[in-house]
Amino acid sequence: MKPAPFEYHRPTSLAQALDLVATLENPKILAGGQSLVAMMNFRFVQPDHLVDLARIGELSGIEEQGNVLRIGAMTRQRELEFSDLIARRLPLMHAALDHVGHRQTRNRGTIGGSLSHNDPSAELPLVALAFDASVELASRRGKRRISARDYLRGYLETALEADEILVAIEFPCWREGHGFGFHEFARRHGDFAIAGAAAMIELGAGAIVERLSITLNGVGATALRLDETEAAMIGHRLDSVLLRRAILAEVERLEPVDDVHATADYRRHLAKMLTMRAIADAAQAAGAPMARI
Amino acid sequence: MGKQKVTLRVNGVSYEREIDPRMTLGDFLRHEIGLTGTHLGCEHGVCGACTVLINGLSGRSCLAFAVQEDGSEITTVEALAENGELNILQQCFQEHHALQCGYCTPGMLMTLTELLRDNPKPSEKLVRDTLGGNLCRCTGYAAIVDAALDAAQRLAAAREA
Repeated sequence: MKPAPFEYHRPTSLAQALDLVATLENPKILAGGQSLVAMMNFRFVQPDHLVDLARIGELSGIEEQGNVLRIGAMTRQRELEFSDLIARRLPLMHAALDHVGHRQTRNRGTIGGSLSHNDPSAELPLVALAFDASVELASRRGKRRISARDYLRGYLETALEADEILVAIEFPCWREGHGFGFHEFARRHGDFAIAGAAAMIELGAGAIVERLSITLNGVGATALRLDETEAAMIGHRLDSVLLRRAILAEVERLEPVDDVHATADYRRHLAKMLTMRAIADAAQAAGAPMARI
Repeated sequence: MGKQKVTLRVNGVSYEREIDPRMTLGDFLRHEIGLTGTHLGCEHGVCGACTVLINGLSGRSCLAFAVQEDGSEITTVEALAENGELNILQQCFQEHHALQCGYCTPGMLMTLTELLRDNPKPSEKLVRDTLGGNLCRCTGYAAIVDAALDAAQRLAAAREA
């Protein structure tokens, strides 16, 4: 369980790092290393060059820009977990972080690393998708910004090109008083989720759903949104019967993996139950408790 | 694939070595400087046996390369005993029979050292959640949780005295 040999690079600016990934043969970017180093130890990944972003100060930090929180890609999960700004403006992220790995891995793991590894059961890609966050990607060719939905392409796959580095993630905040809920099932607290669900809701007068976001992990190649359920509910009163029907129909069509951890049927079952619980929590927090569904 | 020079401060002592970049921090501690208290279990970040403190924060020494930690301050289980005497947390482990084979113990101790520093009065739930990152195949955890909670009380009493 020892990695194959590689050369190690520690740039101190983004420009240096971009030069390295653009010119080196078979490079890999090292962020917190909590997934990559494990994969290197197994020799699933054998880069010739490792470009460590840890000493590039401009890549970490949380910045409030009006209604948007901009989070540097190298910001450690620990910093997010203990940030008052995150707890106040992105409470769903705060709740989800409790399920991200363990104390020892959150101390080192980064948000950018998690989004770029894009494990289908990871929480931070789910949170990015739930908020319709956008990601900023840089290369020597320039910068571009794309939505989390376009970035999180599939199983351990993102839209990051070989010469690009994920620089920051921008989260548009939901209005104060919005409701949120997060539920996840894992064999052991902090382990990879079998399935998880997040919900955020903004209610208007008469408990009319003005805004709704329902996101799942563990039931597809990457995190996914229940677009049809959202569309069916927006503009209507929060009705637990309608909601239940929409969730059951949409989740039934998902095709999660059938593996040693859980059957596809069981994952679908979890997805339905966890989604309903997450929405129930969100509705309660938004001030419109629903009948138990 | 040349060697690289690194300087790490481990338990207050500086060590300068020329190493392969692929050497993990755990292997550096054991093979380069002979501190074999840190145990490597799974070597892919699941078991937590190799937990050490890196600049005061717990981390898995199998998931860090020593070159990444050039200039860092590392604390290992060897630093816990004071003047040859087990510290309070270690004494509690002994008294509560919180170890059997002992393989996971250094990692448990380092995880709890951080926890009790940051949360001097942890709830049982917090102790259990935190220990979720460390596997033990002997004890069933109950004695480890007891030892941690007892240590919290005795550390608080020692602070007040």
